[in-house]
Amino acid sequence: MKKFVSLGLAVAMAASLTACGGSKPTETTAAAGAAETTAAAAEAETTAAAAEAAGGTFKIGVIGPLTGPAAAYGIAVANGADLAVKEINAAGGINGMMLENKAEDDEHDPEKSVNAYNTLKDWGMQMLVGATTSKPCIAVAAESANDNLFQITPSGSAVECVANDNVFRVCFADPDQGTASAKYIGENKLATKVAIIYDSSTEYSSGIRESFVKEAGNQGIEVVADEAFTADSNTDFSVQLDKAKEAGAELVFLPIYYQEASVILKQAADKEFSPIFFGCDGMDGILTVENFDTSLAEGLMLLTPFSTTEESSKEFTEAYVAAYGVEPNQFAADSYDAVYAIKAAIEKSGVTPDMEVSAICDGMKAAMTEISIDGLTGAGMTWNAAGEPNKAPKAVKIVNGVYEMQ
Amino acid sequence: MKKNKVLIQNSITYALVIICWILAQLLISTGHMSSLMKGLLVPLCIYVILAVSLTLTVGNLGELSLGHAGFMCVGAFSGAFFTKCMEQAIPSVPVRFLLALLVGAAVAGAFGILIGIPVLRLKGDYLAIVTLAFGEIIKNLINVMYIGKDASGFHFSIKDTMSLGMDETGVVIVKGAQGITGTPKAATFTIGIILVLITLAIVLNLINSRTGRAIMSIRDNRIAAESIGINITKYKLMAFAISAALAGIAGVLYAHNISSLAATPKSFGYNMSIMILVFVVLGGLGNIRGSMIAAVVLTMLPELLRGLNDYRMLIYAIVLIVMMIFNSSPKAIEMRAVFMEKIKKNKKTAKEAA
Repeated sequence: MKKFVSLGLAVAMAASLTACGGSKPTETTAAAGAAETTAAAAEAETTAAAAEAAGGTFKIGVIGPLTGPAAAYGIAVANGADLAVKEINAAGGINGMMLENKAEDDEHDPEKSVNAYNTLKDWGMQMLVGATTSKPCIAVAAESANDNLFQITPSGSAVECVANDNVFRVCFADPDQGTASAKYIGENKLATKVAIIYDSSTEYSSGIRESFVKEAGNQGIEVVADEAFTADSNTDFSVQLDKAKEAGAELVFLPIYYQEASVILKQAADKEFSPIFFGCDGMDGILTVENFDTSLAEGLMLLTPFSTTEESSKEFTEAYVAAYGVEPNQFAADSYDAVYAIKAAIEKSGVTPDMEVSAICDGMKAAMTEISIDGLTGAGMTWNAAGEPNKAPKAVKIVNGVYEMQ
Repeated sequence: MKKNKVLIQNSITYALVIICWILAQLLISTGHMSSLMKGLLVPLCIYVILAVSLTLTVGNLGELSLGHAGFMCVGAFSGAFFTKCMEQAIPSVPVRFLLALLVGAAVAGAFGILIGIPVLRLKGDYLAIVTLAFGEIIKNLINVMYIGKDASGFHFSIKDTMSLGMDETGVVIVKGAQGITGTPKAATFTIGIILVLITLAIVLNLINSRTGRAIMSIRDNRIAAESIGINITKYKLMAFAISAALAGIAGVLYAHNISSLAATPKSFGYNMSIMILVFVVLGGLGNIRGSMIAAVVLTMLPELLRGLNDYRMLIYAIVLIVMMIFNSSPKAIEMRAVFMEKIKKNKKTAKEAA
């Protein structure tokens, strides 16, 4: 009998949760916490605006990890796209045509990502902003190429993400970041002896490092130490730092994410080792690490496409905080730019929502190479037919706890 | 008489698969199938094959294996590697895919034997833990492998792509943690169903053969089996290797369904192994039809619950618990029996009253 009671309880619980899930979208305006914004973003179908559209509605799908360890990226992408769509609709749409967005979760898994893509297709998606992370993006790109559906990924940085001609991206490719970093260091004569500490278990880090090493030779940079760590050994870096120090490195290149970098900075300070530290866009966020003494990050340089303190991104930051209750990061900015790139391409190509998906894609593909937009992640962004963006990398230096543009 | 019963049971299983195929074809041709469902058809075949193959080890051999995803991983990578290497030599995609299936099955089977030799000396919990370790080792090994090919042959490294030292014509095929990308999408639902039928034929025929009875006798009583002269190591290894080879086939199918293949914990880690084990246990140990149905239901459930956003994972877990209790708890089975009897009685009284 007990079993039966517990079974009944379980069923009741499931039922009440279902009710919860169902009622969620109605209370999106009150959303403040990160968890709530997920639900809000995922269900934020701008139906009211869409219904009134005279010129029809473009349906834009968004794919990213809304749950799981990489959720911060996916939620930011969903929110960034959502904000851009709302702004465009509030300003009267694109020549009277409205946009409608819907985000689906892929849990940072290629297989789930394809399922999310198919779900969005059932919804009637005509263009895709996504996928957020590289591996799922490669899997989805193969599907979208099959359907000839226009895709622009905000942050899929692996080279293969844009292998098909229907896919474009907003962020830099991994190798481009490495090359750009080496060029920046070489051209600004920051250092000639460079040590690298990288994460060999992520493609992001090893991809950047590989192209950095290739370009370093051309820039007269000598790589004196090249030390790796993996996801399993990312809490102690004293061996790597000792090697860099012994080799007399003037600059330590850290193509890694900010969590590990904060540990490295702390340990370097303990060792009284103070070279220039130089990071890429993964370093963005280091000032937000909890219990991290931000004075350690003084003088840290990083290449980043976006910073909240920039004059040009002030308006976006305010609107974003007001809508979702958290500070935007570069993923949000990338996807915001992606939606504006779609807008510009729609205007240029003159496609309309009643056209076939494949016809829209053909129009957009051609238009993408002709547009130029001033986005949050770069002024005068243009795209080539291969899908790669062309924008100047921005370097910032942390001075007095804030980013200072170089 | 017994033979007939087995035949009927097996025919029902085959018929179920074929009916599913016909139903799906009808729905597709009349345009009633959503894109999501169309996309799920091949993964469903993959998970059914995995569930059936693991039934052989867990249900019939009676050994708990927690490394099944490792064999799937070996199959997936060897199959995808073959397809990528033979791009020029065999231009026809279907032929390459067919050969890749054989390669994947053979390599996974070989790994099954290799791993089986030390592992099968253990029993019960010990064996389960060691298989878990082997599954993880396979995944981690693939994550550090870099293999490239140029005019002078293959290059291998466990450091990075630069240390492969290839000339200009070189292409990197396996790229460490980034895996293999750009495998042609050759897997179709029809091929998937054919593979499911082949898997079923192999497993069902094996179970109902002399060999299968020997395997099951080891499960039921090892000492008794040994005493009547059954070569325990041989039969254990056989069941383990066949199970691994079939998982390899599922892996090849997986690799040719998704263009980005990487040995991530999500797709080939022990979570996946447990997932496959859940299919088998939920379906009833040794019950092939049950495990097939469990695989289909549990693969579709999270996708069908997409409308519930973040809550779907929670509900998925709750449904899993409820299903387990309903299916296997002795009390629940008792309750079910009592309930069924009541209905029968009610019907009878209703009939009598009428």
